[in-house]
Amino acid sequence: MTSQANGHATGVEPQGGDARGLKTLMDVLAASPAGEIAACAEALGPLPEAAPVRGPETGLVMVRGRIGGDGAPFNLGEATVTRATVRLEDGAVGHAYALGQDRAKATLSATLAALWAQGARRADIEAAVVAPLAEARAREATQTKREAAATKVDFFTMVRGDD
Amino acid sequence: MYVAVKGGEAAIANAHKMLADRRRGDRSVPAITVEQLVEQLALGVDRVMAEASLYAPELAALAVKQARGDMIEAIFLLRAYRTTLPRFGASRPVETGEMIAERRISATYKDLPGGQVLGPTFDYTHRLLDPELGRDAEVPAAPARESEGEPLTRVADILAHEDLIERTAPDPDGEPLPEDPSGDLTREPLEFPMARDLRLQALARGDEGFLLALGYSTQRGYGRTHPFAGEIRMGEVAVEMDVPELGFAVALGTIKVTECQMVNQFAGSAKVPPQFTRGYGLVFGQSERKAMSMALVDRSLRAGELGEDRVAPAQDEEFVISHSDNVQATGFVEHLKLPHYVDFQAELDLVRRMRGEFEDRAKDLDTATQEAAE
Repeated sequence: MTSQANGHATGVEPQGGDARGLKTLMDVLAASPAGEIAACAEALGPLPEAAPVRGPETGLVMVRGRIGGDGAPFNLGEATVTRATVRLEDGAVGHAYALGQDRAKATLSATLAALWAQGARRADIEAAVVAPLAEARAREATQTKREAAATKVDFFTMVRGDD
Repeated sequence: MYVAVKGGEAAIANAHKMLADRRRGDRSVPAITVEQLVEQLALGVDRVMAEASLYAPELAALAVKQARGDMIEAIFLLRAYRTTLPRFGASRPVETGEMIAERRISATYKDLPGGQVLGPTFDYTHRLLDPELGRDAEVPAAPARESEGEPLTRVADILAHEDLIERTAPDPDGEPLPEDPSGDLTREPLEFPMARDLRLQALARGDEGFLLALGYSTQRGYGRTHPFAGEIRMGEVAVEMDVPELGFAVALGTIKVTECQMVNQFAGSAKVPPQFTRGYGLVFGQSERKAMSMALVDRSLRAGELGEDRVAPAQDEEFVISHSDNVQATGFVEHLKLPHYVDFQAELDLVRRMRGEFEDRAKDLDTATQEAAE
C-alpha cells in the first residue's frame, strides 16, 4: 500500500472496479515527478495522438484543514494545481490533476488516463506505470518513516539507590 | 488633493536596472538557482508560502530570489501572482492524523503512543556558528532505523474518554460537522466578530513575527492562557479534491504542514464541568514557531466564547486580525514614501499661518504688559 495512492481517507469513493483502477492511476501520477512518469510510459511504446479538450492550465485549489485537526473545516490557504483533459481518436477521454505547475506532466498523465479508459491496455499500464510508480512512492514514504524513527527518543530511567 | 506628477520615467527605469544589477551582485560569484533555494533555504521558502497563502515551492523560491531575500517583498510577489490564477475548487480537509510525520513531540506526555520523534529540529543544537558549512563539505545521509509503525495518537484523544479535554471532533450522537467553512476571507471582506474558522484562515497567513509577539505577550501575562504544547507534528499530508467530471475524489499530491495542538487551562461553568481547552495552529511547510504562535493566539481570541474577560491585545479579535497581514501592513506603512508633496504643502501653509497667529498674539500680549507696567 502506498500512502499517496491508497492510504488516505477519501471523500467520494469511486463506484465500481473501473473507477477504483482509474483513481489508483490518477493518484499515483499526481504524486510522481514528470521524469519518472515519462520513463515508465516509454515501456508502453508510442502513445496515441491525444487532442486537448481543456488545458493544460494552472489554477488554484483552496486547501482546507480541520479545526483541532479533527473538527469543522477551515481554509488553510491555496495551492497551485495544473490540470488537463485530452481525447483520443476513438473518443476516450482522460483527465489529470496534480499539485504544481507542470503542464507537460498534466498532458502526459491525462493521455495515460485516456488510454486506461480505452480499456485494452489496462494490464500494461498497471504493470509499466502504476506498479513501479506506486512502489517508488511507497519507498519514499518508508524512507521518511525510517529516518524519523532514528530520531525517536528511547527513554531510560536511571536506577537510584545501591541494590 | 492629488496632482499628477510626471518626469520620473527615466529615473524609474534606471532604478530598476540598478536593482537588477545589485540583485545579481558580484558577477564572479555564481548565480543562485531556484532549485538551490528550494533545497537549501527550505524554511525561508516555507515561510513565504505560508504568509502568501499559496503552496508552490518553486514559485516561492523564485520570489525569494527576485526579492533579494526580503521575505515580505517575496510574500507580496507570490500574493500578486496568485491573483492571476483561476480557482478550480477546494480540497477535502487534509487529515493531519494520517500525516507521514518527520517530527512529532508532546510536552505533556513522555510516553505517548508513537513516542517523541525529534525529526530535523534546531532544538538541542548549541547555536554555535559552524565554519564547516562555509565550505562545501560532504554531508552524510540521515541515519535510518526500522520504524515500529505505531500510529501517532493525538494527545486530545488520549484524554478524550475521560472528557477532561475539549473536543473538536463531531459527537457521534450530535450534529455532523459542516461541509464547508463559514466563509473565505480571500473572497469576502473581513467582518467582526469572526467565526473561528475564518480567524484560523487569517492566522494561517498572518505575519510570523506579529503572531510570535502576541503569543509571547499572553505568556507574559497579557491575557494568560496557561498553555502546554500538547502536540506538535510536521510532515506530509495528502491533498484530495472531489472532481465533478470523474464523480470521485482524486489525490493531487502531498504538501508539508506543521500542526500544533496547544492545551490550555480550564473553562467550566455551573452547567459544564471544568476541562482543558485547546488552541490550534496549522501552517504550510515546516514552521513550528508560527504554528505554536498561531495556536496561542487562536486560544486567546476565544476569550469571548469561553467567558473570559477581554483585557489584553491578544484577546482583541479586531486588533489582531486587522493587523496580522504583513502585505496589507507593509502597503500602508510604505505608501508614506510615495509623493505627498501637495498634502505637505497644505500642512506647511497651515503651520505657517498658525505660527503667524501665535506670534501676533505674543506681540499683543507683550504690548499690553508693557502698557500696564507704564
